[in-house]
Amino acid sequence: MAKYVMNRLFAMVITLWIIVTITFFLMHAVPGSPFNQERNTSEAVQQNLEAHYHLNEPVFIQYAIYIKSLATLDFGPSIKQSSTSVNEMIGRGFPVSAELGITSLIIAIISGIVLGIMAALRHNGAIDYMAMTFAVIGISVPNFIMATLLIQQLAVTWEIFPVATWASPMHMILPSIALATGPMAIIARLTRSSMIEVLNQDYIMTARAKGMTTFQIVTKHALRNALLPVITILGTLVAGVLTGSFVIEKIFAIPGMGKYFINGINDRDYPVIMGTTVFYSAFLIMMLFIVDIAYGILDPRIKLHKRGE
Amino acid sequence: MIPERKETNQNLSDHLFLPLENSSYHAETIAKPSISYWKDAWMRLSRNKLSMAGLVMLILLVLMAIFGPLLTPYSYDHQVLTEGNLPPSSEHWFGTDNLGRDMFTRTWNGARISLFVGFMAAIIDFIIGVAYGGFSGYKGGRTDNFMMRIIEILYGLPYLLMVILLMVVMGPGLFTIIIALTVTGWVGMARIVRGQVLQLKNAEHVLASRTFGASAGRVIRKNLLPNTMGPIIVQMTLTVPTAIFAEAFLSFLGLGVQAPVASWGVMANDGLSVILSGHWWRLFFPAFFISLTMFAFNVLGDGLQDALDPKLRK
Repeated sequence: MAKYVMNRLFAMVITLWIIVTITFFLMHAVPGSPFNQERNTSEAVQQNLEAHYHLNEPVFIQYAIYIKSLATLDFGPSIKQSSTSVNEMIGRGFPVSAELGITSLIIAIISGIVLGIMAALRHNGAIDYMAMTFAVIGISVPNFIMATLLIQQLAVTWEIFPVATWASPMHMILPSIALATGPMAIIARLTRSSMIEVLNQDYIMTARAKGMTTFQIVTKHALRNALLPVITILGTLVAGVLTGSFVIEKIFAIPGMGKYFINGINDRDYPVIMGTTVFYSAFLIMMLFIVDIAYGILDPRIKLHKRGE
Repeated sequence: MIPERKETNQNLSDHLFLPLENSSYHAETIAKPSISYWKDAWMRLSRNKLSMAGLVMLILLVLMAIFGPLLTPYSYDHQVLTEGNLPPSSEHWFGTDNLGRDMFTRTWNGARISLFVGFMAAIIDFIIGVAYGGFSGYKGGRTDNFMMRIIEILYGLPYLLMVILLMVVMGPGLFTIIIALTVTGWVGMARIVRGQVLQLKNAEHVLASRTFGASAGRVIRKNLLPNTMGPIIVQMTLTVPTAIFAEAFLSFLGLGVQAPVASWGVMANDGLSVILSGHWWRLFFPAFFISLTMFAFNVLGDGLQDALDPKLRK
């Protein structure tokens, strides 16, 4: 176990380094300097600006400087908004994004599992078909369309919820639901299929023969085993929620990290794009790692050091 | 099959009661016509109503993408500024956008772009993935180990983030989208093919047909390919909607194809900005067809997964 964790940590550092390197050189492959689109600046100002951001150095020196600052968790300054650093943007945006992401994940996991169980218990029944139609629709409708429909119906026409921004718990409901539908549908389908498989096992029949109620069987015996496949895709779902949050944050004008990332893209603010990408990647790689470890602990049948062979 | 059996039950023909010639040749004769893997898969797929509906929808969507823009007298970039934002009518079936362009023509023109992106991404993923995964799995040993290390690292990269980065670097456009989607997209296909080949290479039925003296060509045709094609096709049907979705996502971030050409993603994004002014048709049609395409591919993919996996045979 310890050896596996060490190996994985090492691989994570390598992956992260590769991401940093790819991101860095991609950003430097873009023709032109970030100051080209600015108002006419004099030659001297231009040179001073470039010197300040080390843009006059050779690429490899810049790369070394960037790696060095990353090692001390410094993502550098934003070029377009010179008063804020990328660290400040992450510090401000990440808590908001995390709040949105965690709320959506909780909604997605709980409603997805419940839907999946209901469908599995009534396999091939009306509830099953309804739940699965709902799930397929949830997968098929892109989240920005879902978000717009929710705003249009619930916020504008019926005026139940506020249209946008991030001020009170009421503001959180619509964006969280819009972000949760996709993952919820995936979880529901996965729970259903693994639940159907588990419910056909002999030990479930034994439990039934003992006279346990369906509720007891599901909660005590079936669910634990049925949820294992769901745990394996949690890492991917976190990635989905994360990229989905760019869109949702834009639509609902939520001041999260996605907003800074998208502004960075629109402004071609390379330090911001690099910083947020590296941060997002590090976060995702960490999540995948945690999910893998959790899976190994929850399912003793999996021998961690044997995986990946 | 069933009616045939009924018939023989009713009038059992005399030849059934003739003694067979007592030889090993006849003992091994297979009486029924053999059902090939694909026939069997098709039989199971055609029993799945939802998947068949998906297939029909896809065929219709592709036909409309080809012929739809020809059904109207307008071209997708023809602007009539005085006829901006008209609701759907007999003249403009899906209404017009803010520049007076016919939405019906634009929708089906957008279908061409979106479906093209989806299919190209799937085909390129297929070519690279099968070549890479097949080679890696077939070679095995150290080559395989090395090639898989590369895959593992690429697999760890967050897909959409990398696509966004590539788009920022390469600039928006139809071909840059396809490149960006496939640079990291083939990894999933390569993993699947490699896993399948690795597993099948030493499987008993491959060994058996080798022992019986089957040529390499026959082993590949009869043993390796059909068993690998199932997961490959399923993966491809899932790649297409992922690519279409990614394209819509990129359009939403302003990194999609450039005007006057419009994909569904670009049109939906344009429609979003005017939804509060009541021009619902500008969002509805592109959004509806994106969702319909995703739906069709998803249900077809599900059906194919069940139909092509011999282990799920009931």
